[in-house]
Amino acid sequence: MAYSFPEEVLEHVFSFIHTDKDRNAISVVCKSWYEVERWSRRRIFIGNCYAVSPGIVIRRFPELRSVALKGKPHFADFNLVPEGWGGNVYPWIAAMAMAYPMLEELRLKRMVVTDESLELISRSFKNFKVLVLSSCEGFSTDGLAAIAANCRNLRELDLRESEVDDFSGHWLTHFPDSCTSLVSLNISCLASEVSFSALERLVGRCPSLRTLRLNRAVPLDRLPNLLRRAPQLVELGTGAYSAEHRPEVFSSLAGAFANCKELKSLSGFWDVVPDYLPAVYPACSGITSLNLSYATIQSPDLIKLVTQCQNLQRLWVLDYIEDGGLDALAASCKDLQELRVFPSEPYDMEGNVALTEQGLVSVSEGCPKLHSVLYFCRQMTNAALVSIAKNRPNMTRFRLCIIEPRTRDYQTLEPLDVGFGAIVEHCKELQRLSLSGLLTDRVFEYIGTHAKKLEMLSVAFAGDGDLGLHHVLSGCESLRKLEIRDCPFGDKALLANAAKLETMRSLWMSSCSVSFGACKLLGQKMPRLNVEVMDEGGRPDSRPESCSVEKLYIYRSVAGPRSDMPRFVWTMKTLS
Amino acid sequence: MSKQLEHDYIGLSEVSSMESSEKLTSDSEGSNGLNLKATELRLGLPGSESPERIDSVGGLDKNGYPLGVLKNLVSGAKRGFSDAIDGGSGKWVFSGSGGSETDLAKGGGLFSPRGGNGGGKHLGGSESNNQHSSLGTPAKNDVVPQSPKPMHEKKPQISAPAAKAQVVGWPPIRSFRKNSMASNLPKNDEDAEGKLGSGCLYVKVSMDGAPYLRKVDLKLYCTYLELSSALEKMFSCFTIGQCGSNGVPIRDGLSESRLMDLLHGSEYVLTYEDKDGDWMLVGDVPWEMFTDSCKRMRIMKSSEAIGLAPRAMEKCKSRN
Repeated sequence: MAYSFPEEVLEHVFSFIHTDKDRNAISVVCKSWYEVERWSRRRIFIGNCYAVSPGIVIRRFPELRSVALKGKPHFADFNLVPEGWGGNVYPWIAAMAMAYPMLEELRLKRMVVTDESLELISRSFKNFKVLVLSSCEGFSTDGLAAIAANCRNLRELDLRESEVDDFSGHWLTHFPDSCTSLVSLNISCLASEVSFSALERLVGRCPSLRTLRLNRAVPLDRLPNLLRRAPQLVELGTGAYSAEHRPEVFSSLAGAFANCKELKSLSGFWDVVPDYLPAVYPACSGITSLNLSYATIQSPDLIKLVTQCQNLQRLWVLDYIEDGGLDALAASCKDLQELRVFPSEPYDMEGNVALTEQGLVSVSEGCPKLHSVLYFCRQMTNAALVSIAKNRPNMTRFRLCIIEPRTRDYQTLEPLDVGFGAIVEHCKELQRLSLSGLLTDRVFEYIGTHAKKLEMLSVAFAGDGDLGLHHVLSGCESLRKLEIRDCPFGDKALLANAAKLETMRSLWMSSCSVSFGACKLLGQKMPRLNVEVMDEGGRPDSRPESCSVEKLYIYRSVAGPRSDMPRFVWTMKTLS
Repeated sequence: MSKQLEHDYIGLSEVSSMESSEKLTSDSEGSNGLNLKATELRLGLPGSESPERIDSVGGLDKNGYPLGVLKNLVSGAKRGFSDAIDGGSGKWVFSGSGGSETDLAKGGGLFSPRGGNGGGKHLGGSESNNQHSSLGTPAKNDVVPQSPKPMHEKKPQISAPAAKAQVVGWPPIRSFRKNSMASNLPKNDEDAEGKLGSGCLYVKVSMDGAPYLRKVDLKLYCTYLELSSALEKMFSCFTIGQCGSNGVPIRDGLSESRLMDLLHGSEYVLTYEDKDGDWMLVGDVPWEMFTDSCKRMRIMKSSEAIGLAPRAMEKCKSRN
């Protein structure tokens, strides 16, 4: 006789299990666990919207409250994916409108979201609370007006870095006076002026507001009023941080900042006038996250600000900080975990600032908790990379962009294979890696040998041939996402490791040497992979099969080839 | 021959696909096959470490002739670095190392064209082999004049090393950030002198009949001429596509000039939408005024552009 827990007990136990990984694990224990789990799952993350269909998701999980979807490949951020490629969320919204009337949260990344979709969201989900649109596009402020007007219980509206057709700031006035539930509002990507009085009233009547990220069009002299209405703010993004220097504006601002005792995160700082920076000093000791990546101020001002933030954990900054500023950072901010240094003039062949590999080495020496790095620079040495690797074996994300492709170690003139090799060898928990500089197949051998926890790898202008790709595909056991551009990788490694592709979320290859024939073969032999070829020159089968395809995007899917491909994308299943 | 290899790699046998790829690496034939291939195609003298980039593996038995030529025609802003793979990569070595003659000597091995591929640019496989063996000798200078087309496009890099790169998506910076930084410049009086020529301004360009839009950075150009030739390169493929659909052979050197005829002739005109939402002909106002007010562009059939010119003139007058 088999004894089993009543379903209610199982359900209760499962209610303590939250992460996707754990939920997925318990769902495959046995049929009854699968059933209980699927009815009790409330939250789902779909890393590739084409890996599965809305119908399949709805059939399996009938009671979802929170859905996260990602659309375009990462390289879409850099204009490598042509417009019209896909990732339209509307079919998902339409299906969920019928199936999940109680849906509360929608988090979308790199998807095309139309006003129609936003309107449907606002009308279909009575208890809708959270809308996060990260790097999305396709909608206008009209769609936002619908969300503001109809979502009575809206808590979060976060438009981070989306491309919005900004007709006017008037949409903000569509929040009814009865809306008091806002916790987070991020409109930093919007171009036009919002109605200030509407904004002030909205901020004033939402006592739970903890995150407010303004757009550039909010002038500095408006900030004190807003801050005074929301002294409980934890995260603030300023608008333009410049004004003529007037003592009363300064003291008003400084007073307002001093009053915000909960502030932990600051961002914005467009058009910074250094004179006004001291206004934030009262808040600095509590700051853990500082985004100065739009602040075009020079190293001395940056140093003054940053060294006041002794509890800083995350810093995003422009390369104006220079090596000297990074030295100061390393000395003052011992809790630093994440550093991102962006280039102020990325298209200059010669550098404009004194930022070198030394800055990164300093921070790696001085900040024992540093584990996440994004660093744009113009020169690098193997020795520096080896130092960084040895200093920070706890590194989990390391993205280095040496601005000029195929740049050598400037001291030894060698490729940077050994340096990156040291990174993967010493940093055993490395999950994400972006390579740059001159690299041969050797670096891929190191990566394949050592980077066993690596989940995402970005490669550009590197390698000698198929062996490089083969090392990565055959050696990186945890690899989920691989994106490659302008590398001489061809058919052999791809075909030899076809099975590996089913264990990954996706593979992107553009301007490489993969032939159309190989793509066809892959598409035909691997039924659970969608092999999509993008080519501007017309149908790839109008040329010899040995011709290289321009762009290749391969991803596993249980939904079969997608039906919304534009004219320049071909799936290798229907062409024969 | 390549097909046979492919069968092995895919593993048409009943062995599970994971096993078959492991099988391949442990099987001496398989791994030797990969190593052999890599060695065969490795440039440089036997025994040399050859740390330089070599770029020929993919091109073993490919005859990329038609595509190679087309790639050169279409290159322009989009394909700069992929030309490196095709054989124009020397330019990038030069600009990366400052473009001096000594770098030519050092980097010579780096840009030897892919063996066997890009037949349109080279006279054939034997020629490429000559290039391979001529590494490290003055004979490598022969490589330079042999690829006139990619040279042409790379000219800006050689003659002006400080010029901006025209590679799509490199360095990898999001459009939002790029456009934000662009707006930091000349408008900011305090920095007026300092930051000329940096930042960028992406606008969408559509062409009637083309399957998708492009984005182009207006800050890369200083004159209408530069802009229009960049656009011609970007969109030549679409016009060529149209020729192709008529069954006319399209992969020849005349295609690019044919497009220029089309654009300079009467078939297409370049228009833009300005800040006020009006569509104007490109070229009527001073360049700076254009870049300040252009929101997006459209290459439209001239039959549809009737009536634009007069309004453009009026606008210009009213602005002045």
